[in-house]
Amino acid sequence: MKTFYKKFLEKFIEGLLMLSGTVTTLTVVLIVFFLFKEGIGVFNKKPVEEGYVIAVNNKNPINKLSSEQIKNIYDQKITNWKILGAPTDSIILFRLEDVSNYYSDAEIGENFEGLPICISLLTDSLPNIIAFFPEKYIDKNFKGKQLEIDKVKLSEFLTGKEWFPTAQPAAQLGVMPLILGTLWVSLGAILLALPLGLAASVYMSEIANEKIRRIMKPLIELLAGIPSVVYGFFGLVIIVPLIQTTFDLPVGETGLAGSIILGIMALPTIITISEDAMRNTPRAMKEASLALGASKWQTIYKVVIPYSISGITAGAILGIGRAIGETMAVLMVTGNAAVIPHSILEPVRTIPATIAAELGEAPNGGLHFQALFALGCILFLITLFINLTVEFISNRNKYNKH
Amino acid sequence: MKTKIILLAAALYTSVSFAQKLKGSDTVLPLGQKEAESYMKSNKAAKVTVTGGGSGVGLAALVDGTTDIAMSSRKMKMGEKMKLQEAGKTSKEITIAYDALAVIVNPANKVNQLTREQIEGIFTGKIKNWKEVGGEDLQIVVYSRESSSGTYEFFKEHVLNNKNYASSVLAMPATGSIIQSISQTKGAIGYVGLAYIEKEVKDVKVSYDKGKTFIGATMETAKNKTYPIIRPLYYYYLTTVEKTVKPFVDFCLSAEGQKIVEQVGYVPLSK
Repeated sequence: MKTFYKKFLEKFIEGLLMLSGTVTTLTVVLIVFFLFKEGIGVFNKKPVEEGYVIAVNNKNPINKLSSEQIKNIYDQKITNWKILGAPTDSIILFRLEDVSNYYSDAEIGENFEGLPICISLLTDSLPNIIAFFPEKYIDKNFKGKQLEIDKVKLSEFLTGKEWFPTAQPAAQLGVMPLILGTLWVSLGAILLALPLGLAASVYMSEIANEKIRRIMKPLIELLAGIPSVVYGFFGLVIIVPLIQTTFDLPVGETGLAGSIILGIMALPTIITISEDAMRNTPRAMKEASLALGASKWQTIYKVVIPYSISGITAGAILGIGRAIGETMAVLMVTGNAAVIPHSILEPVRTIPATIAAELGEAPNGGLHFQALFALGCILFLITLFINLTVEFISNRNKYNKH
Repeated sequence: MKTKIILLAAALYTSVSFAQKLKGSDTVLPLGQKEAESYMKSNKAAKVTVTGGGSGVGLAALVDGTTDIAMSSRKMKMGEKMKLQEAGKTSKEITIAYDALAVIVNPANKVNQLTREQIEGIFTGKIKNWKEVGGEDLQIVVYSRESSSGTYEFFKEHVLNNKNYASSVLAMPATGSIIQSISQTKGAIGYVGLAYIEKEVKDVKVSYDKGKTFIGATMETAKNKTYPIIRPLYYYYLTTVEKTVKPFVDFCLSAEGQKIVEQVGYVPLSK
């Protein structure tokens, strides 16, 4: 009876462990599925707000405009039809609220019942008009011509240089500046954090005496416990002005500020994990090396680091992961200008900062919302790629060793 | 005993009938909360709950009937009006206060005044150096709020003539960070609500008549409407619940309510 009970308990615990494993895996798969389902939806949408149309006069030879052209027209950067290939004529912009400049309230009607006819007449009478209005106000005998607008294309999404997701009438969804911004900041962070982190962990595991180690380790681990907003504020008040005066820049909110903050944030992860790995080097191996006449440095370089390389790699991966995905601190110090950065001393906008700043106000299920999810997908793929690369490299190193 | 129960029931009934919800704009939120606080202090039976979420959220809740009053920092959009109309409801719009937006620069900047056209040029990226607008040879660094904020939209519509911001504009998550950044960046320019002007930054005078008159953002110029960058803040409620919300709305419009408006840092209605 006792053995049966014991067996049952064992089976039960085994099942419980398996269940938690399954649940975790399922959750990850579900989140990724949800992310991609929403993200891919953006390529099924037109860059013009849902339920709205853009129309021109019937005699206008233009049938199709890209979202970039529409934005430039409404920003009055393109002011003549000639640039778009139509006969020379200045462009008249029309938005729905402009209707009261052309027609009286009585003509429009209290419940807008006269609006479709007004718009139809207007697009007919002005040969150089471009009108942006809700689809439901298209008259049955609409005399204008609706412009064709292409759906968002993957190539345009990835290579576009302008990010204006709330621009009206046409949203600009170019994520190139955001991807580059993320990569710049993360690369800078890793370049700063990895050498420093490695040096610190070698010092702590091999050189420092026990007393110093006992003080240092908890202090470094404490770094990981500071909320990211605090890091962000520290960056904004201390590091940003410092960078501005050191490099004599017009603006201190730069990619470098983000890199420094992220580097500091990644340090505890890198140090703790690689230090643990180094300390796990068997004493026998180290002593053998020293007995063969190797100096302390040679032992560290030839024995300790190669032995603990997988631990160091793991630390680096987790550090990079933290740097790429970090949101709040970056949002506060990098300036968030969506331009393609030419150097690390310019303001950049990262993907996580964009998602955090915009998702709250984006209408659920709309174009902007899904574009942000697509950004999330890109971030996921970048992290996945880095992890696979690092895994590949560390595996190769292992084969070389044996 | 019986009378006690009746009294209790009556008290419950009145408190229920006086309970009302306000929802919407985060700009109006601090004002709504303060108004609700003092209203409940002077009117023990009343219960007013105030929540934020954004103007769009508040107006959507009004259509759904999940809020009694929608707070909004912008006029109801065409689309929202249509939704309301489809639901067979009519709403009433009340202006409860004004909010003035000041254009601010670093105190070391010599430029004291700008025309609307110059501001448009700066924010849309056409003007890149302070010397083009009468300052020293220094690159202009433009700070703005995030594109999701109502202030961003208002500034775009009323100052930038509906044109898009330049993509090199730095977007800050909050008004506080705009002030912080402008105070430590020499070539900076940005915009904040009147209540946020501090010693660390300098507000510039603005001209809306092509440089004939320049007006600074102060409580006085905002009150007498000579300052041009000013927007009304609204309450919207359905005509069907007018009876329940009227006492609170009247309180907000009263002299006492308008005093709170000024305390919170917004511009009271002029009478």
